[in-house]
Amino acid sequence: MTVQQYTFLFVGVTFSLYLFVAWRARVRDTGGFYVAGRGVPAIANGMATAADWMSAASFLGMAGSISLLGYAGGVYLMGWTGGFVLLAILLAPYLRKFGHFTVPDFVGDRFESGTARLVALLCALFISFTYVAGQMRGVGIVFARFLEVDVTVGVIIGMALVFVYATLGGMKGITYTQVVQYWVLICAFVIPVAAISWQLTGQPVPQLGMGSVVTGSGSPGAGERLLDILNTIHEDLGFPSYTDAFTGSWDRTNVFCTTLALMVGTAGLPHVIVRFYTVKNVHAARWSGFWALLFISMLYLSAPATAAFARYYVINSLDGKVASELPSWYTTWSKIGLIIWLDDGDGKLAYRGDARPGENELFRIGKLSKTEFADITTEHQQWLDTSGDQGADGRVIMTARNLDGPDADILVLAMPEMANLAAWIIALVAAGGLAAALSTASGLLLVISSSIAHDFYYRMIRPDATEAQRLKLSRWAIGVAVVIAGIVGIYPPGFVAQVVAFAFGLAASSFFPVLVLGIFTVRVGTVPAIAGMVSGIGFTASYIMWTVFLGGERWCFGIGPQGIGTIGMLVNFAVAGVLTPFCKPPSAAVRKLVQSIREPEDDQSNPPVVH
Amino acid sequence: MRLTLGLLAVWAIVGLGCGVLLADVLNEFRFLGFPLGFWFAQQGAIITFVVLILIYAVAMGRFDRKLKAELQQIAAEENAS
Repeated sequence: MTVQQYTFLFVGVTFSLYLFVAWRARVRDTGGFYVAGRGVPAIANGMATAADWMSAASFLGMAGSISLLGYAGGVYLMGWTGGFVLLAILLAPYLRKFGHFTVPDFVGDRFESGTARLVALLCALFISFTYVAGQMRGVGIVFARFLEVDVTVGVIIGMALVFVYATLGGMKGITYTQVVQYWVLICAFVIPVAAISWQLTGQPVPQLGMGSVVTGSGSPGAGERLLDILNTIHEDLGFPSYTDAFTGSWDRTNVFCTTLALMVGTAGLPHVIVRFYTVKNVHAARWSGFWALLFISMLYLSAPATAAFARYYVINSLDGKVASELPSWYTTWSKIGLIIWLDDGDGKLAYRGDARPGENELFRIGKLSKTEFADITTEHQQWLDTSGDQGADGRVIMTARNLDGPDADILVLAMPEMANLAAWIIALVAAGGLAAALSTASGLLLVISSSIAHDFYYRMIRPDATEAQRLKLSRWAIGVAVVIAGIVGIYPPGFVAQVVAFAFGLAASSFFPVLVLGIFTVRVGTVPAIAGMVSGIGFTASYIMWTVFLGGERWCFGIGPQGIGTIGMLVNFAVAGVLTPFCKPPSAAVRKLVQSIREPEDDQSNPPVVH
Repeated sequence: MRLTLGLLAVWAIVGLGCGVLLADVLNEFRFLGFPLGFWFAQQGAIITFVVLILIYAVAMGRFDRKLKAELQQIAAEENAS
């Protein structure tokens, strides 16, 4: 069987499985729709949280980024897992005890203000929508490459599937589908990397394999440790060392701030927090935090190994090769522009780093349109044909636009092919990528739907709405959200991709401080909380706008836009702290409620707030 | 509460301390074939995080049970008198 036939088989089987599970878990009330009737066991919730959390970006993009960044790639690994510690220890059990459906719900009730609820609601919607768009791009890439259908058709198939199982089963359907999706994606990630590790180093545990000696006969650098080989090649080709800390633009301040912003941002993401509302009680919330991180760590501990192996293969299979020697995966991916070779005229591909300026010949299409890119290649060809008299050197143009090196998203998908693994493994990776994208998309869509139907319609517009009306509206809202997300996925507005990376900074500077203050202090009231949220997110958003879109200077200690959320969080805390002594304390009822959150619960584990 | 602060201290020291602030110093040492600072950033920190949450879940479970037992005892004594 060919790769494509295997892919059709795997995608078909997994998709039918998701629909079957959703059908078995269909629901009839809002409790079931929003929080799965609060009856999900901790382990299952842990798996669902893991699948929810590990998006197309974790599955496809992260290992690729680490591969290109080396040590600095660790910010994603530490940031996205470290956040779970904050979430599991500081937030999840307490929020579960409070017993709401959504995050804006907590903010609104704790700070006794419709404005606070609305601000939180808008933050949640904004974060969720930017995120969903990224997932749809992941679905599009997998479909375009492996099933050779149009990206648009791919997105529509994905959206139709999510639509069916999300409207049918709500949170319950999504939760159990995510459990299945977790296993699909983790197998798809770990099996190939273990196979490669075994093939390359004779060590089947990839985490150990990446530190081991390369043994395979005929492998370049055999007899030395993989990481040493990478460092040597990197130095030769003008890249910063793979394992050394603080190279290039990633200085100590930036690595620190970015890591912290990602950690805190993770703890403030609404679609992850809401998962902890689905379990039976606080005890289960704590345990599902543990299971979630354990399941997540299976992928996150394998990703650095994937990254190192991919780096080894990419450089060795491309650099110094002539056109006829290039591997088939290069040809497939270069068709959609995710990896591009612009030769300097010697017919040999050269992949070089910043320390050897003007020599690199490997690029990616990035956000260039197809026509822009076609112009560049035509000019470049002319430049080659006339030995530089006419046309323009495409390499200079691409370098000026920061488009050197292959697209990080392809490395995970291409790696089984780089290592010549069996066709079914390649197809498995495709199914895994789809599982990762779909599971995250469905979790986010539910947040969007509950924000609109519960927080906005029921809590703010029509408090007298009946159960049936709310359920109907929830289904409608999720349907509309699916369609919008699909459109955004098919026609991605240029800014979305850029903004996704900053969603964490925004979450870090808005939600996290408010939630911590709301849980751990009795004194902080309405005004400081709103002022803190607005100033934190305002500062972060404007700094990002200034440095990214207006090309301004990084005036705040040279911190890059990805790390500025850390400062935004401090601004939020500071503003709320300074204002608190001058403002009215919360009402006696709220003070009592906050104190009750920290007491152990009774056996019925009834939420203290009645809806 | 003391437990929470203790765990967060470990979180900060291992994650931000060993993984980031001291990474270049620790890179002088070798561990399983990895430079140590690099290992903390890409593997060690994650393993520590998992263990931290495990400790928290176990310890808080125990604490809850103890407190509940005490409350029940107080209630029982009140009923008896």
